[in-house]
Amino acid sequence: MSVSGELIAFFGLALVAILGGVLLITLTKVVHMVIALVFTFLSIAGIYLLLSAEFVAIVQILIYSGAITIVMLFGIMLTKHRENDEPAKGGWQRFFLLLAIAGFAVAVYLGIYNLDIPVQPTALHEENTKQIGIELFSKYVIPFEVMSVLLLVALVGAIVLAKKDDEEGDRS
Amino acid sequence: MTGVPLSAYLVLALVLFCIGLYGALTKRNAVIVLISIELMLNAANINLVAFSKLGVTPSITGQVFSLFTITIAAAEAAVGLAILMSLYRNRKTVNVDEMDIMKH
Repeated sequence: MSVSGELIAFFGLALVAILGGVLLITLTKVVHMVIALVFTFLSIAGIYLLLSAEFVAIVQILIYSGAITIVMLFGIMLTKHRENDEPAKGGWQRFFLLLAIAGFAVAVYLGIYNLDIPVQPTALHEENTKQIGIELFSKYVIPFEVMSVLLLVALVGAIVLAKKDDEEGDRS
Repeated sequence: MTGVPLSAYLVLALVLFCIGLYGALTKRNAVIVLISIELMLNAANINLVAFSKLGVTPSITGQVFSLFTITIAAAEAAVGLAILMSLYRNRKTVNVDEMDIMKH
C-alpha cells in the first residue's frame, strides 16, 4: 500500500484529534481542557475536508471551535469553580468504568475493523454547498423547518432559564 | 486510488466517542461534562460524513444530517449552560456530585 498524501494528512489529523481528547481527560485546569478540545474540533474539520465535505467542515469550524467553545468559556467564567477539577470518585469505580468502556470499544471494533465496502466514485466534491442546498430545500425541507422551530424553542428556553428572577423572589 | 479506508474513519470516531464517554462519566465539573457530550456528538458526525462518501450508496444525505446534528448540539449546549447558570445561582456549585437536590 503506497503512502499517499491523503493517508499522511489523515494520520496527522487523527493524531491531533485523539491528542486533544486525551488532554481533555488528563489536564487539570478547566480552561486548558476547553482549549485542548479546540484542537480536536479543528482537526475534525480537517477530516471532513478529506471526506469532501467542505461545507460541513466550515460549519464545524464556525459552530464548534467558534461558538460552542466561547459559550463554554463564558460558562466557566460565570460560574465560580475550583480551579482544578480533581476527580473524587473512588479508584475502583473509575477502574470498572474504564473496563466497561474498553469492553464497549472492543465490541464495536470487532464489528468495524474489517468492514470492506467497495469504494464508489462520487461527485460530492463538485459544488458541495450547492448540492447540500438543493437537497436541504427540496427533500429535507420539513426537517429543516422543524429545526428552525427547535432553535427558537431552545433560544426562548435558554433566556427564560438564565434570566434573573429577582422580582419573583420579592413577591413570594 | 489508495484512499483512506472507511474503517480508519470509523475507528477514529470510536476512539473519540470513548474518550468523550469517559470524560462525561468521570469529570465532576458540569461544563466539562457538557463539552464531553459535544465530543461524542462530533464522533457520531464523523461517522455520518464518512458513510456519506464511502458507504454502500454514497450520497449527500449524510452531510445534510450531520448539519442537523450540529444544530441540535448547539441548541443542547445553549440550554445545558442555561440550566447550569440557574442551578449555580441557587446552589452555588457546578459540581455534578452535589447536584442531587431531586434525589431525596
